Amino acid sequence: MKPKVLVLTGYGINCDYESAHAFRLAGAKADIVHINDLINKKTCLDEYKILCFPGGFSYGDDTGSGKALANKIKNHLLDALEDFVSDDKLAIGVCNGFQVMVNLGLLPGEPTTALVHNNTARYNCRWVDLEFASDSPWTKDIGTISLPIAHGEGRFYAEPAVLKELNENNQVAARYISGEVCSYQHLPANPNGALEDIASITDSTGRLIGMMPHPERAVDMKPHVKYYWLKDHYKRIGKKMPTEGPGLKLFRNAVAYFNK
Amino acid sequence: MPRATRIEIESKISDTRADVRRKKFETIVPAEKIKEVRIRDVYTIDKEFSGEELQKISAMLVNPVTEKPVIGSELPKSPEKGIELHAIEVGYLPGVTDNVSHTVKEGIADLFGTEFAPDEGVYTSQVTLIEGNLSPEELKTIKDSMANPLIQRISTFDYKELESGKGFPTIVPKVKLNKEPSADLVDILNATDEELAVIGKKGIANADGTRRGPLALDITYMKTIQGYFKNEKRNPTDVELESIAQTWSEHCKHTIFADKIDDIGEGLYKAFIKSATNTIRKRKGKKDFCVSVFTDNAGGIVFDKDYIVTHKVETHNSPSALDPFGGSITGIVGVNRDAIGFGLGAKPIFNIYGFCFADPNDTSPLYKGENFTQKMLSSRKIMDGVIEGVNVGGNCSGIPTPQGFVFFNEGYKGKPLVFVGTGGLIPVESCGRDSCQKKAEPGDYIVMVGGRVGKDGIHGATFSSEAMDSGSPATAVQIGDPITQKKLSDAIVKEARDMGLYTSITDNGAGGLSCSVAEMARECGGCYVNLNAVPLKYPGLEPWEIWISESQERMTLSVPKDKWAEFSELMENRGVEATVIGEFTDSGRCIVDYKNKIVMDVDMEFLHDGLPQRPIKTKRVHTVHEAPEIPLQQDWTETLHEMLKRPNIASFEFISQQYDHEVQGGSVLKPLQGAGRVNGDATVIRPLLTSKKGVVLSQGINPTYSSIDTYHMAACAIDTAIRNAVAAGADMEHLALLDNFCWCSSDEPERLFQLKEAARACHDFSIAYGTPFISGKDSMFNDFKGYNEKGEKVKISVPPTLLISSIGVIEDAAKSVSLDAKCEGDIVYILGTNMDELGGSEYFAMEGEKQRGKPYIGNNVPKVYTHENKKTYNALSKAIDAELVASVQSVDRGGVSVALVKTAMGGMLGMDISLAEANGVYSRDDYSLFSQSPGRLVVTVAPQYKDQFEDIMHGTSIAEVGTVRGDNRFIIRGIDDKEIVSTTVDSLLKSYKSTFEGY
Repeated sequence: MKPKVLVLTGYGINCDYESAHAFRLAGAKADIVHINDLINKKTCLDEYKILCFPGGFSYGDDTGSGKALANKIKNHLLDALEDFVSDDKLAIGVCNGFQVMVNLGLLPGEPTTALVHNNTARYNCRWVDLEFASDSPWTKDIGTISLPIAHGEGRFYAEPAVLKELNENNQVAARYISGEVCSYQHLPANPNGALEDIASITDSTGRLIGMMPHPERAVDMKPHVKYYWLKDHYKRIGKKMPTEGPGLKLFRNAVAYFNK
Repeated sequence: MPRATRIEIESKISDTRADVRRKKFETIVPAEKIKEVRIRDVYTIDKEFSGEELQKISAMLVNPVTEKPVIGSELPKSPEKGIELHAIEVGYLPGVTDNVSHTVKEGIADLFGTEFAPDEGVYTSQVTLIEGNLSPEELKTIKDSMANPLIQRISTFDYKELESGKGFPTIVPKVKLNKEPSADLVDILNATDEELAVIGKKGIANADGTRRGPLALDITYMKTIQGYFKNEKRNPTDVELESIAQTWSEHCKHTIFADKIDDIGEGLYKAFIKSATNTIRKRKGKKDFCVSVFTDNAGGIVFDKDYIVTHKVETHNSPSALDPFGGSITGIVGVNRDAIGFGLGAKPIFNIYGFCFADPNDTSPLYKGENFTQKMLSSRKIMDGVIEGVNVGGNCSGIPTPQGFVFFNEGYKGKPLVFVGTGGLIPVESCGRDSCQKKAEPGDYIVMVGGRVGKDGIHGATFSSEAMDSGSPATAVQIGDPITQKKLSDAIVKEARDMGLYTSITDNGAGGLSCSVAEMARECGGCYVNLNAVPLKYPGLEPWEIWISESQERMTLSVPKDKWAEFSELMENRGVEATVIGEFTDSGRCIVDYKNKIVMDVDMEFLHDGLPQRPIKTKRVHTVHEAPEIPLQQDWTETLHEMLKRPNIASFEFISQQYDHEVQGGSVLKPLQGAGRVNGDATVIRPLLTSKKGVVLSQGINPTYSSIDTYHMAACAIDTAIRNAVAAGADMEHLALLDNFCWCSSDEPERLFQLKEAARACHDFSIAYGTPFISGKDSMFNDFKGYNEKGEKVKISVPPTLLISSIGVIEDAAKSVSLDAKCEGDIVYILGTNMDELGGSEYFAMEGEKQRGKPYIGNNVPKVYTHENKKTYNALSKAIDAELVASVQSVDRGGVSVALVKTAMGGMLGMDISLAEANGVYSRDDYSLFSQSPGRLVVTVAPQYKDQFEDIMHGTSIAEVGTVRGDNRFIIRGIDDKEIVSTTVDSLLKSYKSTFEGY
């Protein structure tokens, strides 16, 4: 049975199309649903196993990224959402979706963290290397991969006590590291000044995850920043290059969680 | 007791924005003078709320982890003894689009389930607190750097003032308009020719004798209009006159391209552009891939059997000179609507950009007015604002912006050129209909969707800002609102289109409703509009203003009456305002009603086709330019490094990185390529993730050749755009072009001659290459008239500029090729032939600047040999398709040396090159390095594919010139096989990236 995914859209969510594509590729049934169709109950959240808050610029990042959409959700959908997350279900927020989940307090569990302006104070679109921990259903056996980022407000911030707790509870899901892409393109590991290089966190159960990098933009190898180099070198050694991109594993993990 | 309340929010943790602002201040005043910089975001809520409600609002606005709110205003913490505190508050002027305030208003309304009344509102501003003992002059420098007085209000306070006022005063920049709006008659029946000329030039007279701003109707046009109304036996209303002026404007009718020019009766567009496309399409026969050319908002070509891909490139030059951010964001968000307005609505899938600026280091000021009044923005400020505008517009809209360029020339100092383009994807069939066909039917509702109408963009007139808290709205400048448009775009192209809820759609761009409604009314033969129904941003607009306002984020649709209920419900559910503002008819008349009075009733045919021809005469120009004498050297290494630092060649990575080129998930060939992150000349995307097909985008532009010969300038731009696309893997069989003419002084016969020559080249070279034009746009008067830093009168004209953009579809995006060298031992080839053409080259410009402080131009302009080039490009396409090629970089500004360096830097691999092996004329070493002869490409190939590659390239101009090294050494041998360049890739990369470091 294909698990059903609700990919949220509306009010400046931009990455709905590619997020749905990624889930479908991983074997899920994905529906793109406008937030107002949830509010006016044309669609019911409880029919779904996985909830995706895609990236984008909800409300243009006005008053701070993710804030305005989180307020709209708080005003209208809090009960449905609380029911959803208390069930054995999965949710992911990518980039602006991560910011929304943090503003809602879904991550890490209450509003104790923030994603603030990059330390360059500028929007940055590049690839990063990540080391994933394996404690969440989303991150199982991923290890070290490279993914693209594109954001202006991605610097993870929390008070020292909160950080300590996140570490102790294994809620840090991924950190920026210097790996394949950084050494290929001579880039710094941490793209935004995130504390402790944190790129992704989960709630205490690991079922809810948020991350600044965009796995849905990397489900195929062609978008990979090293694609042309890899393509050329595979050809020289007479081998076929893998076509599957590094981001797909996350979506497969989510589907596998319901097919275990 | 004022009802407006301030909510001030300050960061509790280190604030990056404040740090960056401090660094900026430290570059304009002595750094040690600034002790601390903090920022407060301010929301002024002009609506009655209880204390408890205000608490809730402030909780909504604040991030409790990092920010602290204050309801009301708080005195900033007192600075240390002996140190002053300066507070600078910047907000918008009345009527200027304030996107954040819209979001806050919507949020508050959602929170309490109440709406804002028309006289209630939210206004945002920002306070910068600076601790430090600044002199009044230093404070003014800082203040001037922070706001644009055309759109923003700025006030400064010291600590004492704040202390006595217990914080900041509350400012409500509300629009107040007092006159009761109505349509006025304009007496033209009895007007003399002189009076007609004044009305056309300066505008309709107001009651107080002032004029409303230019109609841009010359005496020929005014007399034609007078004749029409003589027949109608009445005077026109101001609505009618303003409406005709919009419809007949150069912007809408492109009269310079349409009118008879010399002995070319059908005009430049029909004779040279359209006819070339017709010829090519006929020749291609069944292989014709054009779907929609020139007629719609964008051009469309076949993507696959189910989809069409569209493209359109616009300019937004004059607004960007006044308000660079507002101008460029409005430009990019505006051209998005050309995709949404294509056929029944295409989904925007990519943006492109091209910026022409003056040197950002040029700090000598320009003034619009005499005696050092109306100071223009500095080159750097224009550049920063324009770049930021496309950043916000493109990123917020979720449209990837992979392709672009920057070009610098002193001719752009008075007016920058801001090219912005958008591509779209649309299914061939939508709801059982041919999605390219649209037709408003008589009886369909005229529906306006999206934003509301204000005084934005009316005549681009200036306005005064005497009152700080209320007054006239800013009319000159529009500021795009990507989120309003994103909601509109999603609702149309993702839902309403495929539900078949409307029959036609078009953009509200130039001329606003007057143009969009009248244009759609042509499809059915008439319209009846009720201006009273148009939703306004604030009350008090005159009917003519409602009709021609260019307020952004609006589209006009024709909705059949029986679909209205469903359409209206959908829009409401998507947070999009949709309003019936009239009905399409077949009356043959464009009729406009305001408060139950007919304020416009004009024959449709006269409105659209009534304008008389104005034959154009041109005058041949022939100029001879000085060429530099450059002493010969043994070693050109340093010169090559200097070339790489030229702003026209240097890395503009800082732009590429701040534009999201990965969104929508289809990025393949990126703007920054290889290990060295080198800016490429073409990009590839996959707009349909379930298809392996790709779209290739590239550009070509060579304005420096214009002063020698615009025919060859245009030929080179076409060749460059095509060659860049082929280099990435495009096939000329499925490659289309777009033209954007940005000319100057287009009333001078010499400039018009240059225009004719460029248009003639478009004809000749598009046919020779078999690449049709599918869309184009022109902007004819890019001149600045004002005063220089000495107060002397100056006219600065842009060099005649033609941007050629290309769009191609490739079968397999995976086969595209990047520019970076891949492997030690690979063979380096130069395809094409050098002719030692240095006229208009970057090298001559640099030598001129060194020797005499201004560029040399020279006379030997590069020429395009299509017969030879076509063979090369077609063979290269075959080799790429056979996957024999490791890298390709075409030769453009800076010549073959720069192309070789880019290949090497891309791979972070060295090279051994001998130019003695290359084909063509090599008279001197420096010329061979820096000649800009087109038609050439640098290709690297793995040794095992050498034979196969050379077989395919057989019969073309190809030369093996060296190999890729495994180390960092970069060596070029010259004509005598002696080393003329010897350096490292690392140091080349350093030079290449140094120019815009810190931008």
